[in-house]
Amino acid sequence: MAIEQDEIAKIAELARIRISPQQMGDVTQRITEILHMVDQLQAVDTADVEPMANPLDAVQRLRADEVTEQNHRDAFQAIAPAVENGLYLVPKVIE
Amino acid sequence: MHNKSVAELAQGLHAKQFSSEELTRCFLDRITRLDSDYNSFITVDAEAALASARRADQRLASGDGTALTGIPIAHKDIFCTSGMRTSCGSRMLDNFVPPYDATLIQHFNRDGAVILGKTNMDEFAMGSSNENSYYGAVRNPWHTDLVPGGSSGGSAAAVAAMLAPAATGTDTGGSIRQPAAFCGITGIKPTYGRVSRLGMVAFASSLDQAGPLGHSAEDCALLLNCMAGHDPRDSTSSEAPTEDYCQQLDNSLEGLRIGLPREYFGDGLDAATANCIELALKTLEAQGATLVDVSLPHSHLTIPAYYVIAPAEASTNLSRFDGVRYGHRCDQPVDLHDMYTRTREEGFGDEVKRRILVGTYALSAGYYDAYYKKAQQVRRLIKQDFVDCFEQVDIIAGPTTPGPAFALGAKSNDPVAMYLEDVYTLAVNLAGLPGMSVPAGLVEGKPVGLQLIGRHFGEARLLNVAHRFQQATDWHQQRPAALTGGNA
Repeated sequence: MAIEQDEIAKIAELARIRISPQQMGDVTQRITEILHMVDQLQAVDTADVEPMANPLDAVQRLRADEVTEQNHRDAFQAIAPAVENGLYLVPKVIE
Repeated sequence: MHNKSVAELAQGLHAKQFSSEELTRCFLDRITRLDSDYNSFITVDAEAALASARRADQRLASGDGTALTGIPIAHKDIFCTSGMRTSCGSRMLDNFVPPYDATLIQHFNRDGAVILGKTNMDEFAMGSSNENSYYGAVRNPWHTDLVPGGSSGGSAAAVAAMLAPAATGTDTGGSIRQPAAFCGITGIKPTYGRVSRLGMVAFASSLDQAGPLGHSAEDCALLLNCMAGHDPRDSTSSEAPTEDYCQQLDNSLEGLRIGLPREYFGDGLDAATANCIELALKTLEAQGATLVDVSLPHSHLTIPAYYVIAPAEASTNLSRFDGVRYGHRCDQPVDLHDMYTRTREEGFGDEVKRRILVGTYALSAGYYDAYYKKAQQVRRLIKQDFVDCFEQVDIIAGPTTPGPAFALGAKSNDPVAMYLEDVYTLAVNLAGLPGMSVPAGLVEGKPVGLQLIGRHFGEARLLNVAHRFQQATDWHQQRPAALTGGNA
């Protein structure tokens, strides 16, 4: 399937990745090539085939609802780009 | 010391022929002298390694050492190491110092192994040549103008160049087996869920699996004994019991049925590589194995199915890199949106961005059924091919790769050509099976790997076959000519 540059722009927005205008043509071409290769899947009859999410068909294991982890807040905040008073700082969201 | 197996080194340590400190110093010296040619390590902390070696020596002196106590191990830079930078080959994590150890690292620490350093890799394990690293390409120790394979290229090169006796890697579509083949060493990807994924930076969660790389099947078995096991903190970790992977190494191959999928010996396979594989199979036949012609009829769909599923899972996993809690953040963001998009533009390399975009597309409204669901259905067909085969045979064998290592730069501008490199390895991950690569010859001085594929949780049998093969051949003992001279 061919994909247009404006579709790439839309996906890039969904993925929150900036793509410079200079790179847009190259990115579009590469992704078109990959999707073209992937399109072989469309020829396969999979009418009664159950999709497989886990190679062992394992299901999500449940555990008892108990606290097992300790609080490592300080250690986690120590490696953050910007924190203040135990909070993660980001650019202003609400005026 | 640097050319000994892990088993021999363990013997030497226990017999007090040398100390872990001497051993660790030997490898650290080699890294300092030689790694500028290969770029196989991203981070080496000599002081920490030597301190850990001295602790191992105390433990050995007190008599409670294990098979790995005092053995220096190189770890792929995808495993979180507490207090030691874990970059995953990415600018995004260039400044990331994890506050905890991966379960796999905890296991090595428990056994008293020494962390020699963190090895280079394709960014976020996405690549088959190790050219996608923020820290530069790794070079193949056999010929420095060749790629070492990827994504565990640094681990494979470090072992091949005898800068480490053994290493860890991860394999999402061939990332242990393909570099092991290209570098002339042995590597095993265990069954999905056999080794904990906790603290291993996630690429494609239903495919990722950690495993060892070493010179021999015996060394891989020693490492797997340490790595394998249920981890209650990884919800996809298997509860199936582990076994002593060393115990069956010497078992006879009499009566072993080896399936040869005709799809793995077709047009795409290099003729000289095919010759090496055929000779290797004769060696196994001479030990009592029977070769059986089998078919994996959906093989031609493994690359398309993989390149929907892996990018889809990657796009989800890598959404966590947002510049908020850890890792890279762009300078002077004007607002939150600008912060996300520029952080991710700057932090990720081209191949990672491509896969995130393909994955986002495959999961987006209107395309989910046509791509992601379809690929998951085809995945079941691919797995069923193996289930059917294993009714006839005990293991499956074939080439690990279509040919030996290619030149640096030869495929780096053509993603689809690069994806084709993994044509024989991807299906194993889609089906969740264990697979390994064993040195099986040289083509114009370039190593070739024999791939062995087993039943789910059949690691011990695979290692047994590989070990018996290595008792009858010396390909695993061959070393790059440049490194066997007087000054290496």
